[in-house]
Amino acid sequence: MDDLKAPSIDYAAVAPILILFGAACLGVLAEAFVPRRARHAVQLGLALLATVAGLVVVVTQASTRITTATGALAIDGPAVFLQGTILALALVSLLLMGERKLEAGGAFVPQAAITVGSEADTRQATRAPGLTEVYPVTMFAVAGMLLFVAANDLLTMFIALEVFSLPLYLLCALARRRRLLSQEAALKYFLLGSYASAFFLFGVALIYGFVGAVDLGAIHAAAAESDRDPLLLYAGLALLSIGLLFKIAAVPFHVWTPDVYQGAPTPVTAFMAACTKVAAFGALLRVLYVGFDGLSWDFTPVLGVIAVLTMIMGAVLAVTQTDIKRLLAYSSIANAGYLLVGVLASGEAGLASTMFYLVAYGFTVLGAFAVVTLVRDADGEAGHLSRWAGLGRRSPLIAGVFTFILLAFAGIPLTSGFIGKFAVFGAAIEGGQTWLVIAGVVSSIVLAFPYLRVVVMMWLSDPSDATPTVSVPGLFTTAALTIGVAMTLLLGVAPSLLLDLTTGAAEFVR
Amino acid sequence: MSSFPYLSVLTVAPLVGALVVAFLPRSRPDLAKWVTLAWSLGVLALTVALWVAFEAGGERLQLRESYPWIPGWGANFTFAVDGIALVMLMLIAVLVPIVILAAWHEADHSGRSVPVYFALLLALESTMIGVFAAADVFLFYVFFEVMLVPMYFLIGSYGGAQRQYAAVKFFLYSLVGGLFMLAAVVGLWVVGGHTFDWAALTEIDMSTGTERWLFLGFFLAFAIKAPFFPFHTWLPDAGGVAPAGAGALLVGILDKVGTFGILRYCLPIFPEASRYFAPLALVLGVIGIIYAALLAVGQNDLKRLVSYTSIAHFGFIGVGIFAFTTQAGTGAVLYMVNHGLATGLLFLVVGMLVARRGSALISDFGGAGKMVPILAGVLFFAGLASLAMPGTAPFVSEFLVLIGTFTVNKPIAIIATLGIVLAAAYVLWMVQRTVQGTPNPALAEVEGMRRDITLREKVVVAPLIALIILFGFYPKPITDVINPAVQATMEDVGATDPAPTAITEAAK
Repeated sequence: MDDLKAPSIDYAAVAPILILFGAACLGVLAEAFVPRRARHAVQLGLALLATVAGLVVVVTQASTRITTATGALAIDGPAVFLQGTILALALVSLLLMGERKLEAGGAFVPQAAITVGSEADTRQATRAPGLTEVYPVTMFAVAGMLLFVAANDLLTMFIALEVFSLPLYLLCALARRRRLLSQEAALKYFLLGSYASAFFLFGVALIYGFVGAVDLGAIHAAAAESDRDPLLLYAGLALLSIGLLFKIAAVPFHVWTPDVYQGAPTPVTAFMAACTKVAAFGALLRVLYVGFDGLSWDFTPVLGVIAVLTMIMGAVLAVTQTDIKRLLAYSSIANAGYLLVGVLASGEAGLASTMFYLVAYGFTVLGAFAVVTLVRDADGEAGHLSRWAGLGRRSPLIAGVFTFILLAFAGIPLTSGFIGKFAVFGAAIEGGQTWLVIAGVVSSIVLAFPYLRVVVMMWLSDPSDATPTVSVPGLFTTAALTIGVAMTLLLGVAPSLLLDLTTGAAEFVR
Repeated sequence: MSSFPYLSVLTVAPLVGALVVAFLPRSRPDLAKWVTLAWSLGVLALTVALWVAFEAGGERLQLRESYPWIPGWGANFTFAVDGIALVMLMLIAVLVPIVILAAWHEADHSGRSVPVYFALLLALESTMIGVFAAADVFLFYVFFEVMLVPMYFLIGSYGGAQRQYAAVKFFLYSLVGGLFMLAAVVGLWVVGGHTFDWAALTEIDMSTGTERWLFLGFFLAFAIKAPFFPFHTWLPDAGGVAPAGAGALLVGILDKVGTFGILRYCLPIFPEASRYFAPLALVLGVIGIIYAALLAVGQNDLKRLVSYTSIAHFGFIGVGIFAFTTQAGTGAVLYMVNHGLATGLLFLVVGMLVARRGSALISDFGGAGKMVPILAGVLFFAGLASLAMPGTAPFVSEFLVLIGTFTVNKPIAIIATLGIVLAAAYVLWMVQRTVQGTPNPALAEVEGMRRDITLREKVVVAPLIALIILFGFYPKPITDVINPAVQATMEDVGATDPAPTAITEAAK
């Protein structure tokens, strides 16, 4: 077997992925060997350390533009940028997960397998510290996401998709409070996610049937040159897109989002809303820009309709929500629509604006969920909006911070939300997609209403006895919230630095 | 030309004041009030210095400052003013201290933080100055939108009954306009080759279709802000519940951003589209004059009535702008200033009456003049100014608008004149039903009605009355400043002036 050689791998370029996988494996070992008392500190420390280390290595790779592992991975501008984004957002999410001051033992259940409502369950619910497996599991998810945005062939992409999805399914089921809701959410997410993966895989098979290869470069070449009937290719792309659109929660593949966002432990929801979105859009961008850019005339109208529907549906359904987490879920659906507008703008401007929006939205949404974890009563988080009435009087600081976050979501200037919207809309008009911008504007108007309603609730209503108290945040949550809000303000007031960075990174290798 | 960065300092100064005031202890409201007043007087002093530094009849945009902001997009912190912006800045600087003094006790019984109320007023002043001082479309848009936030909280937190509804309606209406303008700003940026500089944007060529769409995006935002018929329905609600101080700023200044925006952005950047849509704007303006005046006659709430008169006046301003003569344009800009003084005064006086009576319903008054004669007199004066009585400042501007319009479009001018008759009707009727006649027995029971105008309130109304009379007889200080800017704007749209020399004659 002389002719079988191991592929040459640029280990420096893939180091962030390896670090995260390594940390995840170490975490599993730590779970077995570290005494229970020290486990939380060790696990959290390890996770934070690995994430920071990954981030540092990513920064050193900023100018790398290569494909490696026989073309299975592309470490180029967008990959490095998005990996950095994922790691930065994951760092903040980890801080939220590590918070144990808000609730005795943290937001996670100690033993998920104990029957809900049983005697043992009541015992464990009160004091026992939560699972520490969440950290290695999260590390696997982050590693999968890093792989996902760098995958240069569809099979690697599929594997990465599974690597980061499975931990997420698991994490969703681990809420300490309202466990049935949490487990139902996880099951729903798992079932629908599996379907989506199956669609993705089927799409890969069809594309392989047409091209005879799975790497994006070959697909690009085949799409451009082949004179065969491209039906197979189109069908493959459609099925592939379903898998990806499911992950970004675009209409009509969005139905899981509100339930899962509501049911999952809030730190996990924050992690999904920020990091999963980045990863999924990273992959979508790569597939469309690298593999299928020759077909953009054919898929743009279809995806455009999906983008419009996503924006409008997300906005309209957000109006009717009475639970803050569901409201944020629908808002995240609408934001997926705005991101799609950036994707469809195509070209360097579209790519850069989408990446900017991902960063801006990621930090803002982390801040939003950090606030959600703080507003609580004896039964845990007070999710129902009516309970937020008069919060501005009780805790002006938290209400003020949340108002700022909501203004950012609404796209008011001096927040990152405004700059992000301006960037994607500008790119779309430049790319000749004015109709998407019009739909974006109309949906923004609708979407302003639910945000404003929360602001009205907090400031303009009088507090009642039902108004929950705001817990004094621990160090971790304070840090997470501060980072989220500071980034929202910074990117709104002085976006130049990041804009230049995204523009400089907006080039794929093939 | 002075190198002192007047405009950026002027924009930032009130914001710094707002931050200072917001963190003053809640337990010492008087401290917050005095600091706010002193701060706003400081801003006034700075604005006077700005006025002196401005060279009437010099370059169109003066006192230009530019600092890089987002180089990748070509967005800069560019400030510069023409004559129109300058008089608006002066109006802000004059009105804000007066409003602060008028609002002295307004937040006392709201149960909410008093320092925050005054901090919001200063923050609002900062955004208002910014919106008039910006010479970069992106910067203008930022101020245009951010302006909503302090006003929203002023109405929503410190307003009367129905304040939540009114605040949300105000915010959503403005946001709708703002977002359409955002689309147009983005479009303009793409068409203009990635620049936001006002001067550069006036130079660009674009296809007729593009120009008309972009014009509509801007115009819609400004028409809602102004407000022009049929985008006006938020104003009576907002004006009706806004605290008197915030309300006076709302109708006195905030609304002018709409007409200012049309003059500064719509006309010079989209001249062809402006001419194309001018008939529509004229018709909307005339409908606004008549329709709002008729509704004003029918109002039974004082604050709503004043809001409707304001909509009618904005019809006049709209007609003056879109008549495309220098005379009418000068009249329109003059009207923007005079309306700020006259309606501001009317709003504040009505606020004083309402605060005494504890109700804004006209039926709750009647014969109030017997109890508070001086206040009634001031109300009568404000009413006369509002209906453009000769000798008061609004008369000059209304006259210029009508004369200027008449030379080019007789039917519009004639119908608009009917608005004057209606104005007399609603103002006189309002005065008659509130302060004249036999006293309402219920009124005698009200403790507050036994106190006539206080010293503080005299200080509030005196400067406004003085200015209204001064500019009624001698508008030259303003016309000298605005004339070159209006002329340049009219040249931008290619307006042919039938008799450009008539302005100075009429103004004198």
